[in-house]
Amino acid sequence: MRSIIFTIIFCIMQPLQAAIESRVFENPVYESRYYQMIDKLRCLVCQNQNLADSNSELARDLRDKTYELIAGGATNNEISEFMVTRYGQFVLYEPPVNRHTLILWGAPVVFAIIGIFVFVRVSRKSKSTTLLTVDANHVAQARDLLKDKSNNS
Amino acid sequence: MRYLLPLGLFVALAVFLGIGLKLDPREVPSPFIDKPAPALELPTLFDNSKTISNSDLKGKPWILNVWASWCVACRQEHQIFVSYSRSKRVPLVGLNYKDAANDAKAWLQELGNPYDIIAFDLQGSAGIEWGVYGVPETFVIDAEGIVRYKHIGPVSPSTMKNTIIPLLQSLQSNG
Repeated sequence: MRSIIFTIIFCIMQPLQAAIESRVFENPVYESRYYQMIDKLRCLVCQNQNLADSNSELARDLRDKTYELIAGGATNNEISEFMVTRYGQFVLYEPPVNRHTLILWGAPVVFAIIGIFVFVRVSRKSKSTTLLTVDANHVAQARDLLKDKSNNS
Repeated sequence: MRYLLPLGLFVALAVFLGIGLKLDPREVPSPFIDKPAPALELPTLFDNSKTISNSDLKGKPWILNVWASWCVACRQEHQIFVSYSRSKRVPLVGLNYKDAANDAKAWLQELGNPYDIIAFDLQGSAGIEWGVYGVPETFVIDAEGIVRYKHIGPVSPSTMKNTIIPLLQSLQSNG
């Protein structure tokens, strides 16, 4: 029980120990946008972490850069663009829909459609086969057996 | 016959996973390929009062090698650049990335200095402009200042011989 409680506590605590620098923002909107952006941008050194979670030096530099850009009045799109022109689409955790990412975005839909199609076909087929295999002779035989049984008892 | 479909699916999956194993996720394609090289306006390592800029390097293809004295893999590739520099084919520009000047100079003293000029990037600001995320990195820039090639990680003798040198030769014959 205690270990479960600790697990839950540590899960909740995790985001709190993320970005270490303390930032001063003149505007609360900037602050929320800053945390939003460093959450959405990937650190290229530790590729499965975003800028907020990573302790690498590059992540720290890019957090500084993000802060600087926001303080300079850049929009979220401008910040994304800044990172993409330098590090490629890979820095975005959520890549935009374009012809390079079409498979990425389209594949789940295609697979879902295939899955529904297969499911419908299989379930229809199994229903119809059970109905068809019971032929009239067997039904009659079964009735006779049941009749015998009820007469005996 | 009824196992043909699962077998086919298994083979297809195995092929895709096999391809996935061969890919190196660290090699992110550079967005700079065939685009103009970013700015490299920095003081030089050996003389703070001098600065280096892209326009100085126009008219000839050149190599940009990002390195630092704290970078272990840079040691590994360094001798390749030292021996390349003896041939004096194209300018070799060093970008000393987030390093202490004294450490960098000592490192070159120990291992040899193959660079024609070294830009000193203490803050890593040029590093961000060039999209550097793992030292060492090596770029090839053509005479018009267009980035033609990027290599991430230490350059191996075979990469130098089979990729970089032929590329430079073709760039020189075109220009």
